[in-house]
Amino acid sequence: MLFSIIVVAGTAGELCVSRAMKHVGGATGFHPAQIFRVVWKGLLQPWLWAGISLMALAFFALLGALSLYNVSFVVPVTALTYIVGALGGAIFLREHVDFWRWLGVLLVAVGVTLVILGKG
Amino acid sequence: MSSLKTQQPAGECRILYNGRVSKDRKGKGSSTEAAPKTHRMVKTKTLLTILVMVVCGPLGNVLLGRGMKQVGAIQFWPLTHLFSSAVRTFTTVSIWMGIGSLIAFFVAYMLALSWADYSWVQPASSLAYGVAALLGYFLLGERVSPLRWLGIAVICLGVFVVGHTNPSTTDPETAESG
Repeated sequence: MLFSIIVVAGTAGELCVSRAMKHVGGATGFHPAQIFRVVWKGLLQPWLWAGISLMALAFFALLGALSLYNVSFVVPVTALTYIVGALGGAIFLREHVDFWRWLGVLLVAVGVTLVILGKG
Repeated sequence: MSSLKTQQPAGECRILYNGRVSKDRKGKGSSTEAAPKTHRMVKTKTLLTILVMVVCGPLGNVLLGRGMKQVGAIQFWPLTHLFSSAVRTFTTVSIWMGIGSLIAFFVAYMLALSWADYSWVQPASSLAYGVAALLGYFLLGERVSPLRWLGIAVICLGVFVVGHTNPSTTDPETAESG
């Protein structure tokens, strides 16, 4: 239950933020005024706040999971968010995830697992 | 790289580097010619924002962690103790530097997502694990285990593979396929 909240809410939250920013449209440059305009427009998007709420929920679920289970058990689950994220990007944002991107995402997920396992 | 450069006139490059892509987008007909250039520019912009993300994210966490250690354990009861903890928290310089750093992270994140694929930005931002390890190793003198270095190497390989795909596949202007 906690794990599905971590993975699903975390990924859904980031997808919501992504959707909000896609809706705003690309910043045209790095001028502070342009950055401010894009961020401000983003903050006015309901999707952004939905995303931030879901990310906060996932964060608390992660804290809860860490207090209940071993880190070595929780971590591979959080690495799963990379795979679910790519899937979500392909399905909900209609991004074109080709073979190479899948391979890269898979490698990142394996790497993240190793990094956090190596922490102990 | 140089082969791409020869495909188009220099004027086109300057327009795109001035960042008036959206204006160009509304204009007619230039899409097929501008695509490789725009693709490369999106990649450069995205890499720049991801650089900010992977530095500011871990740095913000380290600063917050250091700040909270200075503040000490928070007592929730009685309320006067909670109040004095809050005052101590928000008068700590490290805390504010951490908050600023995390705001910079989130702004860069929003910017990156405004023009690039989520499925590109997300794996690329995992370079933060490597930066966190380097920060811990050099700034805090932490020991980094071989397994962790191996994981970082695998992440870098994965990001390298993802990095070679088109960062923006949903924009009709920059998408090569799909």
